[in-house]
Amino acid sequence: MADKGPTASIEAVESGLAAQGYIASRQIATAVYLSQQIEKPILVEGPAGVGKTELAKAIAAWRGLKMIRLQCYEGLDEAKALYEWKYAKQLLYTQILKDKLGEVLGGAETLQDALAQLHDFGDVFFSKEFVEPRPLLQALEQPAGCVLLIDEIDKSDAEFESLLLEILSDFQVTIPELGTVTAVAAPTVILTSNSERDLGDALKRRCLHLHIGFPEQKLEERIVESRVPGISQTLRKQMVGFIHEVRSLDLKKLPSVSETIDWARVLVLLQAPELGSEIVKDTLNVLLKYEADIEATLPQVSTFIAKTSRQSVVFG
Amino acid sequence: MRENLHRFFRAARGAGVRLSPAESIDAMRAVSKVGFSDRTVLRDTFLLTLAKTQDEKKALGACFDLFFDQPEPAPPPSDESETDESDTLESGAASDAQGDADGGDQAQDLGQLAQMLLSQDRNAMAAAIANASNAAYLSDIRYFTQRGIFSGRILDQMGIQRLRDDLDALTATNPALAERLQTALDGLRDTVRETVSQALMLYGREEAENLRNEILRNAPLSRIEPRQVAQMRVLIRQIARRLRERYSKPRKRQRRGHLDVRRTIRRNAAWGGVPFLTAWKRRHRDKPKIIALCDVSGSVARVSDFFLLLIHSLHEVVSDVRSFAFSGHLIEVSDILESKSPEEAMAEIMSKVGFGSSDYGNSFADFEHEWMNAITPQTTVIILGDARSNNLDPRADILRRVGERSKRLVWLNPEGRMAWGWGDSEMPRYSTFCTVVRQCATAQQLERAVSDIVASYQ
Repeated sequence: MADKGPTASIEAVESGLAAQGYIASRQIATAVYLSQQIEKPILVEGPAGVGKTELAKAIAAWRGLKMIRLQCYEGLDEAKALYEWKYAKQLLYTQILKDKLGEVLGGAETLQDALAQLHDFGDVFFSKEFVEPRPLLQALEQPAGCVLLIDEIDKSDAEFESLLLEILSDFQVTIPELGTVTAVAAPTVILTSNSERDLGDALKRRCLHLHIGFPEQKLEERIVESRVPGISQTLRKQMVGFIHEVRSLDLKKLPSVSETIDWARVLVLLQAPELGSEIVKDTLNVLLKYEADIEATLPQVSTFIAKTSRQSVVFG
Repeated sequence: MRENLHRFFRAARGAGVRLSPAESIDAMRAVSKVGFSDRTVLRDTFLLTLAKTQDEKKALGACFDLFFDQPEPAPPPSDESETDESDTLESGAASDAQGDADGGDQAQDLGQLAQMLLSQDRNAMAAAIANASNAAYLSDIRYFTQRGIFSGRILDQMGIQRLRDDLDALTATNPALAERLQTALDGLRDTVRETVSQALMLYGREEAENLRNEILRNAPLSRIEPRQVAQMRVLIRQIARRLRERYSKPRKRQRRGHLDVRRTIRRNAAWGGVPFLTAWKRRHRDKPKIIALCDVSGSVARVSDFFLLLIHSLHEVVSDVRSFAFSGHLIEVSDILESKSPEEAMAEIMSKVGFGSSDYGNSFADFEHEWMNAITPQTTVIILGDARSNNLDPRADILRRVGERSKRLVWLNPEGRMAWGWGDSEMPRYSTFCTVVRQCATAQQLERAVSDIVASYQ
């Protein structure tokens, strides 16, 4: 599905994603554009909550493709990710066909003959009908192509990575009984990772490597604007400025974009006209997820607010 | 342009980005899609296709800026390669031809170079310099001593000989013009020298780095100069990375003999529980547990510093490290090392135990008193020190008990074997109780020692 229409240029990608409410930086747009053009998976790394998974959803929505998601976890294996034989169905069919088998084999006089006749029927029970496709195989079978999201690949075992290699480089999998299944249309593959462990070089080599960090102030304001339309311009400037100040602190978990959006929603709900130290102190738990972080931030709140309102006066 | 890309890849390797041929092919394909018109897009493209970690992205970004900062034969080739991507090969040759053609059509007495210099056409100059550098194989430059040679070659290629003749002729006929030409020539020399220096920075880095690392690896750790400490830390991190890659592979091996009933039933559910396929219990091999005792007095301190850094960078390979530092007495330093940067941690350790002369007997007694039961039969105990105990009681009996409790007792001594047993060295007495005794004075020896220790668990 690498047709020239929607992915003709980097600008087209940018505006296409923006239409889905995903404000992409130039680098992200370039990555998406390239992945379509040279048919390579994208490996997205970055801190939690900067919109890695969201990117895949936005691409799927924009291109009108189905999104297939494979959530990785420790112990994920072939049977859950790729395919499994439908054991119950195989058993059931053997039972039902028992009489039929008797008829077929009835003519055979010796065991040798019966075996030979059985061989003529081929591997009926190991055919496509008895394969239960799991996300990876499903993704290859989509006639119109799809967006395959392999989420948090760093959580899976190192063995699972090697399983992915064939899919990532050639968009195909090999099932011993059936042969090689090649993708009908090459899917757009997005892998995300929180860098909990180092991924293997072989995997990295097959992907475009995109690092999404915390966005710049301007970009983040645009993201909030698109996600929380009800928020006033001054408040938006102030709160994004405030979050950027918070990120300069040495915290356990820095607030990321998803927290910014949540906070913006909360502020709109509370109908806050502008950022005051009272309301910030009350809602700080939306932004920060550790008690220690909140304690570290609290004394700084008024300074940050003063700073950001000064900024918004200058720029606004 | 393809030639340029190849040179860029080489420069990138020099900057420490590990590029495989497959990655450079990807990059080429990607570049052929985005074209050369937009510099930031080109930069992003390289960052996406070539660099695979944050550090690499940083290095590659810097390398990109440096590389494309060069005076380039700018407009003509980039236009071409945008319109027809397929024959990028020809475009390089085409620009060569153009460079020649430029000056040739103004038929005057003066040589091409002189005309170019006088016309002050910066683009043409840049193109000429780039072409001449190509012809002089500037990208082969490796060492700073080659700067003169390459500058000379480039100027030769540009036709400095002809220019000199022109200059001589002009001084006689038209002194004013000659003077202008002379100034322009001086400017040209400067530019060429700059180009060569830049090339050295790009292409020479890899070689220079290799050379420096090689020297550093074999230099005695205790005697390296303060300015090299930072480089040594980088080197130690590389070693740690290598060891991690080598030893962090899955550590399972099937052990026949014990049936894993649960997995066997699960696996054979398809056949109504008739066990066609058997599953056997697996034994997970233990990751190394290490207890390190480091002498931090005097000349051994530096070696201990690097050793501790190395041991504590091996998280994925080693499950449990506890480190202790001693000179006159012994304290545990694991927490300090885990929570602080190497520089700060070492400073704190030194301020706590770094003073005074070393007393091995007393330090061992401290260890036995408080931490002896930390040693399990899976533990490797590593002692790093010169075993010079200032003629105090060596307490080798404690060392014997440590050796009996632990899996292995390894002694690393920064001094050469020749010096063991001389003066106040207690090495011969201690070594009888150690599983392994080895010299460990350089980064290379340090790597081998730690590698062997980790390998003994595989």
